[in-house]
Amino acid sequence: MSQIVDARGLSCPQPVLLTKQAVDKGEFPIEVLVETVTSRENVRRMAENWGCKVQVEDLGEAFKLTLTR
Amino acid sequence: MRQKLTLFFASRWGIILVGAVIGTLASLLQKFDNPPNMGICVACFERDIAGALGLHRAAVVQYIRPEIIGFVLGSLIAAFLFQEFKARAGSAPIVRFLLGVFAMIGALAFLGCPWRALLRLAGGDLNAILGLVGLAVGIAVGVQFLKAGFNLGRSHKTYSSVGWILPGIMIGLLLLLIFRVQFSENGAIFFSAKGPGSMHAPMLISLAAGLIIGFFAQRTRFCTMGALRDVILMRDTHLLSGVGALFVVALIMNMILGQTKLGFEVQPVAHSSHLWNFLGMSLAGMAFALAGGCPGRQLFLAGEGDGDSAIFVIGMIVGAGLSHNFSLAGSPDKMVDGVLQVGGITTAGMVAVLLGLMVCITIGFTMREKFNQEGKR
Repeated sequence: MSQIVDARGLSCPQPVLLTKQAVDKGEFPIEVLVETVTSRENVRRMAENWGCKVQVEDLGEAFKLTLTR
Repeated sequence: MRQKLTLFFASRWGIILVGAVIGTLASLLQKFDNPPNMGICVACFERDIAGALGLHRAAVVQYIRPEIIGFVLGSLIAAFLFQEFKARAGSAPIVRFLLGVFAMIGALAFLGCPWRALLRLAGGDLNAILGLVGLAVGIAVGVQFLKAGFNLGRSHKTYSSVGWILPGIMIGLLLLLIFRVQFSENGAIFFSAKGPGSMHAPMLISLAAGLIIGFFAQRTRFCTMGALRDVILMRDTHLLSGVGALFVVALIMNMILGQTKLGFEVQPVAHSSHLWNFLGMSLAGMAFALAGGCPGRQLFLAGEGDGDSAIFVIGMIVGAGLSHNFSLAGSPDKMVDGVLQVGGITTAGMVAVLLGLMVCITIGFTMREKFNQEGKR
């Protein structure tokens, strides 16, 4: 079961907190949608700290980060 | 190339470099005649701008500070060069305005923003310890609200012109400064003849320093509130390493430049009323945490198109007006005929700080998603 975290329009630390909740559930892959580069970098950095692999895709209006373990 | 630079700025060395740049420039700006231990202070400088516009009439703190203009425009330039300018708005603007007002009231009770708290300590002013502890406590309370589901809601993509409003205002302020416009005899624009407002580095140096800091801070997301918040919330020390670099470099620079004076009493533009230094910054810290950024960060965000941060900035400027008009701001320690007169805040100032704490706590409790869901049931 994959999870989707829609953090578009939320400012940090919200995207990171929502991602953390999803990571804690332990169901991978997790797709995280964020709008700003700040959120993208924060989520990427923290997810890597939690031991996830992160792939980033630029969707134009938003970024999609795919977290796997 | 652009990709490589982005990666470097996002790295730990990137944030450390930027902290060091801010620490160096702040000490140098003081050397070039900015007020003592106030090479840079976002709260104080916005307060000076409020004074220049006549939003308050405290004659000693009136000047259009080019550093603030530079922060916003430097961030704007960086955002455009790296294609990160995104106009967005609509996340509880009135709440952000109110948080800005109370953040300023708290910061002016202490006499400084988090940057100045660090610079004061780097100049030997030990009162700053009370302020920094207060800041950490305020942020820690804010973090508890974040953990309990507090958030101000989503912002939305909007017209580019919305993102241009605060940069536009800054360009207007720059023109008013350059041409020293006076709208009537004895009227605004006001420029202090004495006091901290009269002490400033040459305009172009201030503006250049502001632009450099704005540019780098936009690239690295430098934020003092975020530094403490991320440590408390997630044990993440990324931003903290930048803040640490700011302090260490400013400390060394101040020693080299002979700008250090150790102690509590009669420190420049500071008071040793410990409780209110602590509580003032607790209020400011909580307001920054709830609004998602320290005063500097709000300027950089506004520069990259964030209309909600722009509202927070306007709130701070209005807050400075209220703070001085209602005599809520701290007054510095004084030596009168060799006798120490401890400064501090008035009874009205104390009431305002306590009111601000209550308002922030109410905002923190009532704007939680869980609270809303329970409310619906």
